[in-house]
Amino acid sequence: MSSLATSESAEQAPSLPGRSSRNPSQTNQPGKSPTSTAQSSPRRSRDNLNGWGFAAPFLAFFLVFLVWPLLYGLYMSLTGKSLTGANDSLIGLANYAEALADADMWHSLGNTLYFTVISTVPLVLVALVMAALVNVGLPAQWLWRLSYFAPYLLASTVVSLFFSWMYNPQLGLINDSLAKIGLPKVAWLNDPNVAMWAIVIATLWWTVGFNFLLYLAAMQNIPAQHYEAASLDGAGAWRQFFSITLPQLTPTTVMIVLLQILASLKIFDQVYQMTAGGPSGSTRPVVEYIFETGFTGYRLGYSAAISYIFFGLIVAVSVMQFFITRRRSA
Amino acid sequence: MATQTLTRPALSSTSAAKLRQPRKKMTAGRAAVLAVAAILAVLWLVPFAWATATAFKSEADAAAPKISWIPPSGFTADAFVKVFQDGNIPLWTWNSLYTSAAITVITLAISALVAYALSRIDFRGKKVLMTVIIASIMIPPPVLIIPLFYQMVALHMIDTSWAIILPQVIHPAMVFVLKKFFDQIPRELEEAAVMDGASRMRIFTQIILPLSRPILAAVAIFVFISAWNNFLWPFISTNDGSILTLPVGLQTIKSAYGIQYAQNMASALLAALPLILVFLFFQRQIIKGVATTGLAGT
Repeated sequence: MSSLATSESAEQAPSLPGRSSRNPSQTNQPGKSPTSTAQSSPRRSRDNLNGWGFAAPFLAFFLVFLVWPLLYGLYMSLTGKSLTGANDSLIGLANYAEALADADMWHSLGNTLYFTVISTVPLVLVALVMAALVNVGLPAQWLWRLSYFAPYLLASTVVSLFFSWMYNPQLGLINDSLAKIGLPKVAWLNDPNVAMWAIVIATLWWTVGFNFLLYLAAMQNIPAQHYEAASLDGAGAWRQFFSITLPQLTPTTVMIVLLQILASLKIFDQVYQMTAGGPSGSTRPVVEYIFETGFTGYRLGYSAAISYIFFGLIVAVSVMQFFITRRRSA
Repeated sequence: MATQTLTRPALSSTSAAKLRQPRKKMTAGRAAVLAVAAILAVLWLVPFAWATATAFKSEADAAAPKISWIPPSGFTADAFVKVFQDGNIPLWTWNSLYTSAAITVITLAISALVAYALSRIDFRGKKVLMTVIIASIMIPPPVLIIPLFYQMVALHMIDTSWAIILPQVIHPAMVFVLKKFFDQIPRELEEAAVMDGASRMRIFTQIILPLSRPILAAVAIFVFISAWNNFLWPFISTNDGSILTLPVGLQTIKSAYGIQYAQNMASALLAALPLILVFLFFQRQIIKGVATTGLAGT
C-alpha cells in the first residue's frame, strides 16, 4: 500500500541531486539528451514496442484475473445471478437497495469494524514494545526474533487449530491456568461477549511479529549519533525512547497503523475456522457474509453487491491513507 | 525506509556497529527489559509447546480432564503415525509446495519485466499504466472471489491447480518494490551495453537482474509465504481432495478428526514444520525480505 507514497519518491529519484552526485560519470548526463533527441523517432517507436513488450505478460494476467473479474463483479451485482443459474437478467440497483436494508449485512460490517478497532491497537502497541525491548541490545538477538516472528509463518488453519484447542472450555490450557490462579473459567469461543476478543488474542499472537519486524528495522535505521548526543546531555533510557525513538518512528507508525487497518478489515480466515461466525453471528465478518451469501445461499449477484459495498469502505480508507501519507511527505 | 537497508550499506553497517558495542553492564533497567522480553517470548512459545505436548500424547491422555504437560502414560508418536497412515498431509504439502513455487516464479518474472519497463523505458502510455497499477493496489482480494469463481467455472479451471495459481500472480505492490530498486541502479552500467547494440532483453537479463538479487529474493520470500499460507481463494476454488493445499486440507481434517486432539495437533505441527524449518535456516534473509517488502502492502 505504501507504494502509493514510495512510488512518487521513486519517480523523482533520478533528478535528485544527492543521488546523481554519487555517480562519477554524472557530467555525461547533460550531453546525452541532444543525441537522444537527434535519433528521436526511430528510437521512440522502438521504446514503445519494448515498453509494452516488457509490460505485456504482467498486463495479460492483470487484465484477465484482476480487471475482468472486477468489472464482471460490478455487472453481476446488477443482476439476479445465482449459482443455480436462475436469473441472469439485469435488475438495476435492487441488490444494493436490499443490502442497505439488510440487518445481517450491517451486523457483519459492524463486526468487521469492531474487530479492526480492537485488533489494531494491540497489534501496533505490542509490536512497538517488542521492538523497543529487542533494540536495547539484548543478547541472543536471533532468539527474540524467532519467538516473536515465527507464528507469522503459520497458515491460518494451524493458528486456528492451536487456539481452538487452548480455548477448549474444559480441556483447554488457558482455562486450566485461569483456574489454577483462582480465576473463573471463560467460554472463550462460545460466549458472544468474549468470542471476538478470543479472535483478537489469536490474531495478535499470529501476526504481531510482522509489525515487530517493521518497527525493529526502522529503529535500527535511527542514527546512533542521536543517542550519543542525548547520552552526553544526560538523558536516560526512558527519556531517549520518548524524545528520540518515538518521534523518529512517526512515519513508520503511520504506515503500520494504516496497513494494519487495511489488513484487519479483510478478516475472515481465523473467524471462519474457529467460530464459523458464531456464536449467533457475533463474530461473523463481512467477508464471511459475502462468502456465505454467494456459496451457501447461491446468490452470486447479491453477494457481488455486498462485495462492492465492502470495496467502497476499503477505497475510502485507502484514499484517507493516500492523503495522510502525501501530506507527510510533502 | 526499510528498503534502504538493502541499498545503502552505510546504514546497515552503523546498526551492525551498534550491536557490536561492548556489552553494557547489567543494570536494574536492563534486567527489567530482559525480564519483560523473556515473559513475552515464553507467552509466544506456549502455543507451540502445548501443541507439541498434546501431539505426543495418546488420545486418551490428551482428552483427560486433568490437564498435565507430561501425560500419565508417557509420550507416544501414535498420533503422527495415524496422521501419516490415513492422512493426506504429504500430498497436501507437495500441492502447497508446487503451487506456491509456480506462483512465486511467475510473479517474479512478470513483475520484474514490467518494473524494468516502468523504470527504464520511455514508452507512450507509461504514466497511465503506472497510475492503473498503483490504483489496483487498493483492490482487496476478497472482493474478487465471487466473479473469479464464476470465471474459473467458465474456463473449466475449478478443481485444477491452475485455479489456485493464476489469480495469485498479480502483486502490484511488488511491481513497485522492484521498480524502486531498479531506479537506483546507475544508468551508466547499461550505457556501454547500449553502445554495443545490446537489446533491452539482454541488458535486463545480464545487467539488471544480476544486480537485483537481494530485492528479487525479498520479493520471492514475501510472495512465497503469502501463497503458501493463503486460505480463502484455494478454499473456494478447490473441492477435490487430491489438489488441496495444506491450509485448506487442514480445515477438512479439523472436521473429520473432531475431538481427536492429539491427531489435530500432530497435523497442525506437520503443516507448520516446512516453513519453520526454512525459517531456521534462512532467518536473516527472511527477516530482511519481510522488512524490505513489508511496508509495500499486504
